[in-house]
Amino acid sequence: MTTAEIEPGGVESREPTATRIVRYLGKAPVYLVLVFLGLLWLVPTIGLFFTSLLDSTVVGRVGWWEIFSTPSLGTLENYGDILDNDAITSALLTTLWVSIGSTILPIFLAALAAYAFAWLEFPGRDWLFLVVVALLVVPIQMALIPIFSLYNDLGLFDTIPGLILFHTAFGLPFAIFLLRNFFIGIPKDLLEAARIDGASEMRIFFRLILPLGLPAIASLAIFQFLWVWNDLLVALTFARETQPITVAIFSQLRQFSANLEVIAPAAFVSLAIPLVVFFAFQRYFVEGLLAGSVK
Amino acid sequence: MSESVSTAEAPTRGLPPGDGEPSIWQRYGVVAVFLGPALILLGVWIVYPTIRTIIRSFFDRSGDEFVGLDNYQTLFEDDTLLTALRNNLLWLLIVPAFVTAVGLVFAVLLERVRFSTAFKVAVFMPMAISLFAAGVIWRLMYEKDPDQGTVNAAVAVVKDAVSPSGVLSAAQPSTDAMQGGPKGGLVLERVLATGDIAQLGLTGIRSSEVPGGAEQAVAPEALAGGITGVVWRDFKPGGGTAGEVEEEELGLPGVTVELRDENGRSVLETTTEADGTFAFEEVESGSYRAAIGPETFSEPYAGVSWLGASLITPAIMLSYVWVWAGFAMVVIAAGLAAIPRDLLEAARTDGATEMQVFRRVTIPLLAPVLTVVFITMLIYVLKVFDIVIAVAPGSVQDDANVIALAMWRTSFGGVNDFGLGAAIAVFLFLLVIPILAINVRRFRREV
Repeated sequence: MTTAEIEPGGVESREPTATRIVRYLGKAPVYLVLVFLGLLWLVPTIGLFFTSLLDSTVVGRVGWWEIFSTPSLGTLENYGDILDNDAITSALLTTLWVSIGSTILPIFLAALAAYAFAWLEFPGRDWLFLVVVALLVVPIQMALIPIFSLYNDLGLFDTIPGLILFHTAFGLPFAIFLLRNFFIGIPKDLLEAARIDGASEMRIFFRLILPLGLPAIASLAIFQFLWVWNDLLVALTFARETQPITVAIFSQLRQFSANLEVIAPAAFVSLAIPLVVFFAFQRYFVEGLLAGSVK
Repeated sequence: MSESVSTAEAPTRGLPPGDGEPSIWQRYGVVAVFLGPALILLGVWIVYPTIRTIIRSFFDRSGDEFVGLDNYQTLFEDDTLLTALRNNLLWLLIVPAFVTAVGLVFAVLLERVRFSTAFKVAVFMPMAISLFAAGVIWRLMYEKDPDQGTVNAAVAVVKDAVSPSGVLSAAQPSTDAMQGGPKGGLVLERVLATGDIAQLGLTGIRSSEVPGGAEQAVAPEALAGGITGVVWRDFKPGGGTAGEVEEEELGLPGVTVELRDENGRSVLETTTEADGTFAFEEVESGSYRAAIGPETFSEPYAGVSWLGASLITPAIMLSYVWVWAGFAMVVIAAGLAAIPRDLLEAARTDGATEMQVFRRVTIPLLAPVLTVVFITMLIYVLKVFDIVIAVAPGSVQDDANVIALAMWRTSFGGVNDFGLGAAIAVFLFLLVIPILAINVRRFRREV
């Protein structure tokens, strides 16, 4: 029997090493399974990466795993080529502008609206809030056809602002919902004190609410950025020449086998950004996810 | 002053103190500034289009003629659209349950170990890269040719271990001494007895197809009590004699040679060496014939056609699970962590086995979390689009069709029937509403 001394923060503190080893050995199968599954999960992405390294003369005819036995099959040329490829680089730039715009704008507007729903009084406030949240139900498909015509008439078709406005609108319901729930949690006294001091609502918003809301806003921003960066449907419908990267890759897919030396590196670059964001902000990702789904 | 908190009407909000009774504009001007932009966007981009799409669905493709419910009828009659409906049903029935189950298994496994972050990251990562990129990745994985597609390469490895493919693709006898074909085997007509030598010469084999490790063919010695022979490539550039083993002619290794009795049944089997020689030792006396077995010519593995019409939907579903299992795992793991340890301990001290604890305590407590994951997946699966259009090559898009894809293809993908497209969009909307209503009600209860 081990002597379990009650130390702060731990119950099992003095186990003999032998017992520990036996316990770990018992878990060995679980560890093995997890390592195996984890590696399995990584294979597809690794496959894409190594495919993007295959020399253009052999890609499409040789498996990416051959690189391990014949390293000479690999080259960075493909990446060099797509950086020279204007269609791809401008697509990446377009995606960047659209994503940034479609993140900043909806979050800013949603924060304004969320503050109004949380702390401004006006008739029909709660009813209006429910309507806004209910709009979460509407699938993007419902808006595609009328906005397509509208954009054609307004000259917004195939423009970056056009894409940004569409993404902004559809990002609003969730953002407003999330931020309003967050703002409601801000202590009333803070607001009252600011108002008594004579601060305008705008001032309160910028100096008090926004800073306090930063964690929720950060989570939201990450999600929105990734969602827009990865979008295909909206881009496919409203862009022709001014294409985000998803559309650019999509048009290459038509001649899949012939274009692998373009598709693979372009796809990898396009997913590298979200990956970097993901790894940098892992914690927020998971927290934001949980905030939205589980209470 | 500090008493007048959160009353229903507070006309002094937003104004510097000391002013008189504010006007309507001043009172709600602030609200307008805060709410206005968002409401305008929502109105123009969501509310107005929703109404217009519903109306549009009752008109024909040009938008001029009112056709009532005709478009909806087409939705249930057109082959491609029916396939989409059927596929979405399959998706709904299979994928959410599968994703939840996989997430549960992972979460449970993870609970027993520390240092789980690496695994979590590996499994969750596909969520970050977009369904479209995932689709591109899996399009690559599912390539039919085992030399290109990772999945088929793995299957080929398994299959080769179980039933290896033959070393030659095709060959013909070099002389009339042998008859037959790749299906039944090439038989040396001459009857053999123990101590005989069989010479099985083949032609029609390209240099690149000669099995690796082949060496100069050698005419073997006779073996008392056995039968020996050689299988070689009977082709000497620039001439030579057919039927004779000569210099510069390579033996064929790895060829399956059968010794057949008078009835043509194979009684013994062996494989040739690097120089093409083979030997059957200690053969019972009798009459035999030597044959090159059909296994020598079995086709190399061509690969499963994952991207073909019949397997495309399951294939896409699998990629989808690859993406979303991480989401399920993370949410369920959080739910697991929230279960109070004492409850589990109490059950264990009461004598329950691990399985009983799991089924009777853990799962019921996890029910809300599992429901969240399941319902979320239902919603996303109804709207699935990116991954389908990425994985399915053009030729099978009809077979892989789903509602969201059908709507896009009908409206913008060539068919250009806005009336029908609008009807599909409305149909999708109607499907999504009940599920989202359940979700919203849950949120409201918890808010």
